[in-house]
Amino acid sequence: MKKRMILRFKRNTVDKPIVYRLVKDYDLIFNILRANFSPRADSMMVMEIEGEEENFRKGMEYLKTWNVDTEPIEQDISRNEARCVHCGVCTSVCTPEALAIDRKTMKVIFNYEKCVACELCVKVCPVKAMNVFFD
Amino acid sequence: MKTIEEINEKIKKGKVVVVTAEEMIEITKEKGTKGAAQHVDVVTTGTFGPMCGSGMFMNLGHSKPRIKIGGGRCYLNDVPAYTGIAAVDIYIGATAIPEDDPRNTVYPGAFKYGGGHVIEDFVSGKNINLVALSYGTDCYPRKKIETFINKDNVNEAYLYNPRNGYQNYNVAVNLSNRVIHTYMGVLKPNMNSANYCSAGQLSPLLKDPLYRTIGIGTRIFLGGGIGYIAWYGTQHNPDVLRGPDGIPRAGAGTLAVIGDAKNMNGMFLKGASFIGYGATLFVGLGIPIPILDEEMAYYTSRSDDDFWAQVVDYGIDYPDRVSKSLCEVTYGQLKSGTITINGKEIPTFPISSYSKALEIATLLKNWIGEGQFLLTNPVQPLPGAGSGIKINTLEERILESI
Repeated sequence: MKKRMILRFKRNTVDKPIVYRLVKDYDLIFNILRANFSPRADSMMVMEIEGEEENFRKGMEYLKTWNVDTEPIEQDISRNEARCVHCGVCTSVCTPEALAIDRKTMKVIFNYEKCVACELCVKVCPVKAMNVFFD
Repeated sequence: MKTIEEINEKIKKGKVVVVTAEEMIEITKEKGTKGAAQHVDVVTTGTFGPMCGSGMFMNLGHSKPRIKIGGGRCYLNDVPAYTGIAAVDIYIGATAIPEDDPRNTVYPGAFKYGGGHVIEDFVSGKNINLVALSYGTDCYPRKKIETFINKDNVNEAYLYNPRNGYQNYNVAVNLSNRVIHTYMGVLKPNMNSANYCSAGQLSPLLKDPLYRTIGIGTRIFLGGGIGYIAWYGTQHNPDVLRGPDGIPRAGAGTLAVIGDAKNMNGMFLKGASFIGYGATLFVGLGIPIPILDEEMAYYTSRSDDDFWAQVVDYGIDYPDRVSKSLCEVTYGQLKSGTITINGKEIPTFPISSYSKALEIATLLKNWIGEGQFLLTNPVQPLPGAGSGIKINTLEERILESI
């Protein structure tokens, strides 16, 4: 299985080699999409994690022992459908093409699976329809 | 040949044949322009894009004691409104921003809330904070007021947009080597993206390219309500490059439009922020085109492949007012998602919403089909090609030399 997760680290754990253990002990492959670390505040990391389902489950449990909060990325990215006007401006900055135009209807389709949570769409959306809740 | 009066009779009797501009393309493919002209009475168009040339007049009513806001200062949700008119009349423009907005001091600025947002909030029925400051006179002694206004407690509120509905527009690319933030969106360096802004085959003035039916006085769909064409828009420039059949291949005609804001809604007027550029307003505009004869059937049935636009560099040329077209492309190519310039494939991105434009054309079609909306003869045509309009530029003049 493959999943995009947000990991939130408590401030006192940033000096520990935590995610390394996901590879070493749980045979998980990860790809870091985004990371924001600070020794003085809570930190976060967005990554795609791939591996056996059982290993994935155990890996997440291991992270809990370090007080790392984990959640799938979808819960933190959303489009306000009432505000979106399907202008297409967001598609011009979305490199992974999570936001792309359906050429038949010319509407903007949002595919969570492809999103890397870069937040560029949030900045450029003229009507502020895209929301990403990271802290 | 049909007249607008005959078409209106059909609308009243519920016998009108009204189709969207998209449907007209297919009908004409089947029946030819002659057949389509006989069959179809009205073609509806639509567009929904950011239009900075928009704003709203309001009469606030008089306070007790009275205040002369005219000549003073006035803020709606902190956004400054124009007060240089009568005592309690104001105008809020789409691009106005609060005095304490950081603008582009930290580049690129966000421009989170401006005049366009005030207009959206107002037509959506929200309460708007009003602060007005003035100097006090014998007849208007008050110097300050702070209160809330909304759709129900002001007198008149009407949109008056001096420039909407551009007949065609530039395609923007960026030949410089840095990312730029423009009113055409974010443009990648070295021509790695191309942004365009027109509803193409749904766009009102592209479907009546010689202004035969769309003119001053024409009743239109505006912001979800009914409006009228008040005048030709600012920078109306009919004498641009046109194809052999007269269709403009660059930004040409524009419209000044007016309409009761109290009957409009936030679905078709949306406040917008263009990163690094400013605040503006997405305006929904729809215009019915009567199919008076075969020529109108021909024009209304032109498709995205028949409409051309000029590719312009916004990195170096545009800011320096260098009018240069890099090449021409069709809306068919633009809508496919890539264009090719000098052998280079460039992804294309729209700024104006085609799906919203279609929604507007469909809504207008329904209004006409249900007999709620009658067509109008223009009171006066818009100035056409050869009418002597030329676009002036702003030069730094020295009085002695003029």
